[in-house]
Amino acid sequence: MNKNKYLAVYAKFLHTSLASELEYKTNIIIDAITAMLSLVGSIFLLSIFFQNTGNIGGWNFEQALIIQGIYTVLNGVTNTWFNPNLREIVRHVREGTLDFVLLKPVDSQFFISLKKISPSGFLEILLGVCLMFYCIKINQIQLSFNFLILCLITITCSICILYSLWFFISTTTIWFVKTWNATEVLRSFLYIGRFPISSFSFSLRLFFSIIIPIAFITTIPSEVLLGFSQLWKIILEICITLIFLITSRRFWLFALKYYSSASS
Amino acid sequence: MRKIFTLLKVQYSNMLEYRVEIALWAVSGIIPFFMLNIWTNNNLNEEININNTMLSRYFLSAFFVRQFSVVWVVFSFEEDALLGKLSPYIIQPLNPFFRYFTQHIAEQITRFPFALIIAIFFFLFNPESIWFPNLIFLFLSFISTFLSFLIQFLIQSVIACLCFWTEKASSIERLFFIPTLFLSGLLAPVASFPNYVKSWIYFTPFPYLIDFPANLLSGNKTNISEGFIMQIFWILLLFPLFTKLWHEGTKKYTAMGS
Repeated sequence: MNKNKYLAVYAKFLHTSLASELEYKTNIIIDAITAMLSLVGSIFLLSIFFQNTGNIGGWNFEQALIIQGIYTVLNGVTNTWFNPNLREIVRHVREGTLDFVLLKPVDSQFFISLKKISPSGFLEILLGVCLMFYCIKINQIQLSFNFLILCLITITCSICILYSLWFFISTTTIWFVKTWNATEVLRSFLYIGRFPISSFSFSLRLFFSIIIPIAFITTIPSEVLLGFSQLWKIILEICITLIFLITSRRFWLFALKYYSSASS
Repeated sequence: MRKIFTLLKVQYSNMLEYRVEIALWAVSGIIPFFMLNIWTNNNLNEEININNTMLSRYFLSAFFVRQFSVVWVVFSFEEDALLGKLSPYIIQPLNPFFRYFTQHIAEQITRFPFALIIAIFFFLFNPESIWFPNLIFLFLSFISTFLSFLIQFLIQSVIACLCFWTEKASSIERLFFIPTLFLSGLLAPVASFPNYVKSWIYFTPFPYLIDFPANLLSGNKTNISEGFIMQIFWILLLFPLFTKLWHEGTKKYTAMGS
């Protein structure tokens, strides 16, 4: 693998997709307002939960706010990278243009998962980071170097798990052609990532830690930020991330064997 | 009328083709159940005077109302307008929105069995919440769900007409979806909202989209006459707006792709 070549290709991807997205300037502004309103809305919902009680699943309001921050960042990442590319995969398979991707002298997974970028998610990432800093202030968290490294590691792991989940579903397109709805199902499941996993009943908690590891995606980084995460949880998250990344890669290569081009 | 009936039949057979897809749509609407889980698991409902059984009925009803009032006309319309498919439809002596309208109704009919299956699963897990609303309320909630569907359909059609000016109206729809999501009662019953929100929310269309029909269906208390009056009020307000925009818009339409 030639690293420089891939970096150069990625720079071209960035350039072309930003140029085409900036065609619709008003759209970007509307998306920005949407992102802000959606954050306000979820804080409003959280405040409804907390209006009569001090804690939910052992988390108080200030702590639960951190989860919102991390969720917002991850949602921004999803909207910027995963979502637009996923739509492309579905289109590629339906119209048979996946052939052209496979013929290119770059890795197909690289091409397909990074081709597009939608700048409207940037603001969400920014909002999420601001909210996280605000939470660090109101929860009086002492920042230290080790601590920041741990946060970065866990958030990176979350992004990787999220990516693998999205990529899994888009890979199934090769058999089912239309997976647009399956992503809606995933999206509604991911919705519960806005709340601490301990606020759900035991069976749901089990489901969301083993089958779809949403518990790991937002709750563990928040616990790390708050400083009450145990080491084994972090190691477990890293292991799960590796498993997900490797299997999603394997699954893609496996699925390609079944790809029968649409137009020929 | 016969035209609508024929369209309905065509769209229904069209929708039957996509059963799996519709089943997945039905599954993606289960967020209310996660919310219910948070409410009951943390005993948050004690303060708002709704017991567990009533709350679970409320959220199940909210799920049902949502299932039968989902509207996506903006997205179909935007695609048709961008790809120029709209042009042949406009020439026909039938407003293309009838086509979308029957498409939605047909989809709801296809969706019904899947929603029922999800409800049965819900009852298996929560046997104490089984209830059968009396026929009058069932009928009233059916009407109000349909009115809620009409309101959302009109709102989205108004937004869709903006396609004539901005090309991409779906982002406006996504913006509008946020207040719908948080204020309509899908995630938390409007009764639980803080007073500073309750004071103005009943003047907006949002609580009549899900909260009002869901309360009717689940047997929670709600102001029946006021709810219906407001639903009809919004429809009467939106319908002329839509027809006006439609007339203005078709004049502006520049048939792309042809």
